[in-house]
Amino acid sequence: MSGKTLYDKLWDRHVVRCDDDGTCLLYIDRHLVHEVTSPQAFEGLRLAGRVPWRAEANLAVPDHNVPTTDRSEGIADPLSRLQVEPLDANCSEFGITEFTMDDIRQGIVHIIGPEQGATLPGMTIVCGDSHTSTHGALGSLAFGIGTSEVEHVLATQCIIQKKARNMLVSVDGQVGIGITAKDIMLAIIGKIGTAGGTGYVIEYGGDAIRALSMEGRMTVCNMSIEAGARAGMIAVDEKTIDYVKGRPYSPSGALWEKAIIDWPLLQSDADAHYDHVVQLDAATIQPQVTWGTSPEMVVAVNDCVPDPATEPDLVKREGMQAALAYMGLTANTPMTEIYPETVFIGSCTNGRIEDLRAVAKVVKGHKVAANIRRVLVVPGSGLVKQQAEAEGLDKIFKQAGFEWREPGYSMCLAMNADRLSPQERCASTSNRNFEGRQGQGGRTHLVSPSMAAATAIVGHFVDVRTLEV
Amino acid sequence: MQAFCKLNGLVAPLDRSNVDTDAIIPKQFLKSIKRTGFGPNLFDEWRYLDHGELGMDCSKRPLNPDFILNQSRYQGAQILLARDNFGCGSSREHAPWAMFDYGFRAVIAPSFADIFANNCFKNGILPVVLPAETVARLFAEIEATHGYCLDVDLEQQLVTTPSGEVFGFTVDEFRKKCLLGGLDDISLTLQHVEEIKTFEARRKIEEPWLFGS
Repeated sequence: MSGKTLYDKLWDRHVVRCDDDGTCLLYIDRHLVHEVTSPQAFEGLRLAGRVPWRAEANLAVPDHNVPTTDRSEGIADPLSRLQVEPLDANCSEFGITEFTMDDIRQGIVHIIGPEQGATLPGMTIVCGDSHTSTHGALGSLAFGIGTSEVEHVLATQCIIQKKARNMLVSVDGQVGIGITAKDIMLAIIGKIGTAGGTGYVIEYGGDAIRALSMEGRMTVCNMSIEAGARAGMIAVDEKTIDYVKGRPYSPSGALWEKAIIDWPLLQSDADAHYDHVVQLDAATIQPQVTWGTSPEMVVAVNDCVPDPATEPDLVKREGMQAALAYMGLTANTPMTEIYPETVFIGSCTNGRIEDLRAVAKVVKGHKVAANIRRVLVVPGSGLVKQQAEAEGLDKIFKQAGFEWREPGYSMCLAMNADRLSPQERCASTSNRNFEGRQGQGGRTHLVSPSMAAATAIVGHFVDVRTLEV
Repeated sequence: MQAFCKLNGLVAPLDRSNVDTDAIIPKQFLKSIKRTGFGPNLFDEWRYLDHGELGMDCSKRPLNPDFILNQSRYQGAQILLARDNFGCGSSREHAPWAMFDYGFRAVIAPSFADIFANNCFKNGILPVVLPAETVARLFAEIEATHGYCLDVDLEQQLVTTPSGEVFGFTVDEFRKKCLLGGLDDISLTLQHVEEIKTFEARRKIEEPWLFGS
């Protein structure tokens, strides 16, 4: 009999009961709540006369609708306010801890979980948001759920689920200088496709993944959903344990001593069986830029926009043609000849302190290019903002002509006031380049933070490795 | 939840892969805190020529004549046919809410995104996976035949074409049972309260650091 994968182990630890057909009740350790996908769930709970099973397992934060400009006047948009205020009321009614809009700890839910130690190795973590996969970077099983499931978790502390299959994505060897976690992940999605992970939980392994910082690992796991996977995860190592140590919600004292005996077990056995294995050679990964309307439509920055005429599959060819039309691009144009007007730096993928440091390193002493209308830098949380300001990064951004904002989702989802105009082209560190994602008609190119920074100062996509910084 | 057993319905063909939930129901409509009323904004950016916002009277908005659901022959469709990876992207349950509100009761595609399929089952919509070649043939038949209806039988797990051709499909047994009976997941789970409590108590001993100090 073969050994167990990390996913097998996390799954087994959380199965409450299982039916003959494999339908299981899975216990949930942490439920993260935000304002967009929870109001109907709380309403359902109330109508049925139910209360949360374990209120302290929940942590709530408004993030999608909060303004990223001055908040002292509250939220100007009455509809955004209509969601944030019920979250405050629901949390207060049901005894759920909430980091409200004026709390320094407020931020994007997937950034504050790890930041606060609310995300721990070995946990099952759910949230009504598809990028919950981020938390798998700490050796947890974390996935996004719908609103009915939000209500189900609140009421029962469990999820009904069948086990997914195991996939290993191994990124072997070392990446070149200037290649980031975002480039690795976009390259993976480019290789396996946006449905390549459907039905699977992906474990990321290999030397290049092990070499990543914890924040880099979060960037990788974050975009597992863009590969179609239910979850993404990375085995626990010393970096994981060092990262978790001393955070507000992390265990301490005797509990910490017990935990650090258990956590190193959270990795796959050497003889574990995977249903599918994908290997990438890290050394071949170049800085990535998406050209289309799906994250799998991605090329290296020194390549050209692909030509649909060379695509043999008719359905795919039509998809490529539609994407080019939407993006306003012509086949075979070098990516370095594409000129965005807007640059967005932030999101649950790339809104952490290391991302901001990477941006600052590139832009220090430079000015935003003449053709770039605006550069938004949105820290992922109040604490990320505080840290960045303590390091003087905000000054570097402002001197370069960037806008330094309050934490939130901002242009990642464009539910607040930050959005693109029709045909406006944007280099973005977020995770989705879908039609209309950043504003109706808006054209999004996904890149890493350092590539976004380079684009901002040069005015077109450019290989960040060729800049003198 | 409304039960789903058997349906004979008009099919609308949406010939696209990777239809994401942002396209199914754009973000500005997520600001509603209800579960109903999303139907008029289903596929809003494709369906209308102007920019939609919450609270607009959609009956007065200019329709995009090129969008498939606006064509007269597909009015009243209850089944949507699409290509690979339908429902990818955001986990928003507003997507199946909008589809149900519009009148769709089943979606047929070669593959679905995980969370979306799950959300459908919880809202009385049956996602049917058929092989890509079968889906391609159905697209061709719909194009050639006005009033093309399919028979979808969940109990028997069969899709039948107007010419009598039959395609079997697989469906999760538990989800099938829930959909056939219109069963509510939470009530089912709460039948196992004692097991959950026992498990939780054991877990507090085995991994106490997950339960606070």
